[in-house]
Amino acid sequence: MSSRRPLALIVAAVLLAVLLILPVGHGSYFIYLLCSWLMFTIAAMGLNLTLGYAGRISLAQASFMGVGAYTTAILTLHGWPWLAAAPVGVLLCFVVGLLLGFPALRVRGHFLAFVTLAFNTLFFLVARNEDWLTGGSYGLSDIPRPRIGPISADGQLAFYYFTLAVSALAILALWGIVRSPWGRAFKALRENEVRAESLGLDTRRITLLAFAIGSAFGGLAGAIEAPLVQYIEPNSFAVGESLKVLLMVVVGGLGDFWGPALGAAMVVLLPEALRGTRYYLIVYALFVIALMVLKPTGLMGIGKTFLARLAKSRAAAATEAKP
Amino acid sequence: MSLSTTGAAAGAPHLSVRGVTKRFGNIVAVDDVSFDVKRGEILGLIGPNGSGKSTLFNCILGQIAPDAGAVEVDGKAVTGRRACDLAKLGVGRTFQQLAVFPGLTVHDNVVFAGQEHEGTLLGRLFGKPDAGLSEEADRLIEFFRLSHVRDRLAGDLSYGQRKLVDAAMAFMSGPGLVLLDEPAGGVNLTMLAELKERLVAYNRERGTTFVVIEHNMDFVMSLCGRVMVLAEGRVIADGPPEAVRADKRVVDSYLGG
Repeated sequence: MSSRRPLALIVAAVLLAVLLILPVGHGSYFIYLLCSWLMFTIAAMGLNLTLGYAGRISLAQASFMGVGAYTTAILTLHGWPWLAAAPVGVLLCFVVGLLLGFPALRVRGHFLAFVTLAFNTLFFLVARNEDWLTGGSYGLSDIPRPRIGPISADGQLAFYYFTLAVSALAILALWGIVRSPWGRAFKALRENEVRAESLGLDTRRITLLAFAIGSAFGGLAGAIEAPLVQYIEPNSFAVGESLKVLLMVVVGGLGDFWGPALGAAMVVLLPEALRGTRYYLIVYALFVIALMVLKPTGLMGIGKTFLARLAKSRAAAATEAKP
Repeated sequence: MSLSTTGAAAGAPHLSVRGVTKRFGNIVAVDDVSFDVKRGEILGLIGPNGSGKSTLFNCILGQIAPDAGAVEVDGKAVTGRRACDLAKLGVGRTFQQLAVFPGLTVHDNVVFAGQEHEGTLLGRLFGKPDAGLSEEADRLIEFFRLSHVRDRLAGDLSYGQRKLVDAAMAFMSGPGLVLLDEPAGGVNLTMLAELKERLVAYNRERGTTFVVIEHNMDFVMSLCGRVMVLAEGRVIADGPPEAVRADKRVVDSYLGG
């Protein structure tokens, strides 16, 4: 571990540098895609905590993005600064996520999937029908972009840097969580709940926390989406979007910390890259199917297998060279 | 560390089971079972398959709620308490089926076994990643002769090694009372001798109390100072190993001729 830490830091620094330079000189649509990727990365990383680390399925992540987005939109439209509105949205998601965790104490697997699916549908119906609050099918428009003191994130590039900063902080916080004893407890819950409980883990409390924290990250993603698009409507947070976030987590590699970032890149950017070709959706779908059949551990799994093989062949070469 | 002396009511048995009964439909799995275990005692629990041994364990340890009866640890009523609460009262256990965390390293398995006993929930979030338990875990890993597989995933180990990890986890929080469910099952002879040696060392050095379910008669008879026999959910014999081995009902129902 200690030998890997400097390497991880270097990789993170290089990645951050690339992300800082990447949008320079590009058009506003490209920058929008990058923001969208960062936003979905946060949402998917949150779901990865619930599903990948703690082993509890949720098909409601889009609804938490919705709670975060609507809260931020409504409050900022009423003149609140983003820095005050977004935390309210995140906190609300934490509480609602905690409540949604209660069914997870009783039901597992497919049944839990249906419970969370029902919750997402419920959220969608409320967002569409409660016009007075959400604007109904028309949604909410002219959502202002954040302004922190004298600095405004009005411009596309400025908003990108704002999104990058928020994402970096969020990812750092999540890194702290999964590295702490909590992270070990989430994994223990996933691997063997009965054993974990017999070793003193309050499995109810940690299950609820897995939902609450995962949902809070969904809420933060929504708090970015609202000022990013500056217009939100119920369809952005429908069940299909939850499946999209789930796909990101699975494609990236369940339970791998960086998997969701890769998965989100795949789901957000690859269709764009393939847009020139006529059958891009078919190509994309076939790729996902092939990946799931051939490598269920996702893109990070492919990377790890490759690195392991490389290390092995190097070790073999070294032993061959010795005598 | 909750050593065996903490919170002990003077003279009270370490574990007291009174009239515990558990039914599954029409089957009475555990039928009005009562017994006491003294501090520092090693009690063997034997009996045919389906005689209710594991169900009795689960009733004691809060995994399932008994239909009737009471359980006390150190004179404290714990009937129906959750398994995680019992763990915090210094009661450890191993399981009949393998109960390690296959996706975690051996070291992480053992650290996890201790971390929930340290500090508060929030303290653990902001505390050290290893909860300050890394060295203690390493000592226990060495004690169970697992140092060479410390950083391997528990799921990649042999069956016997995983049994040892399971046992190491049961001891990590320094429990005063440990319930072992078939610790010898599937473990090879060398490792079995090692396991026995480790358990005896714990018992001698720290006065740890054990209740051991086991089918391996040599293991039970040489490890335990007292043996209790369960058949069809009832206690049919209870006493020193030699006496139990000679008991006619025990020979008829379990040991054979």
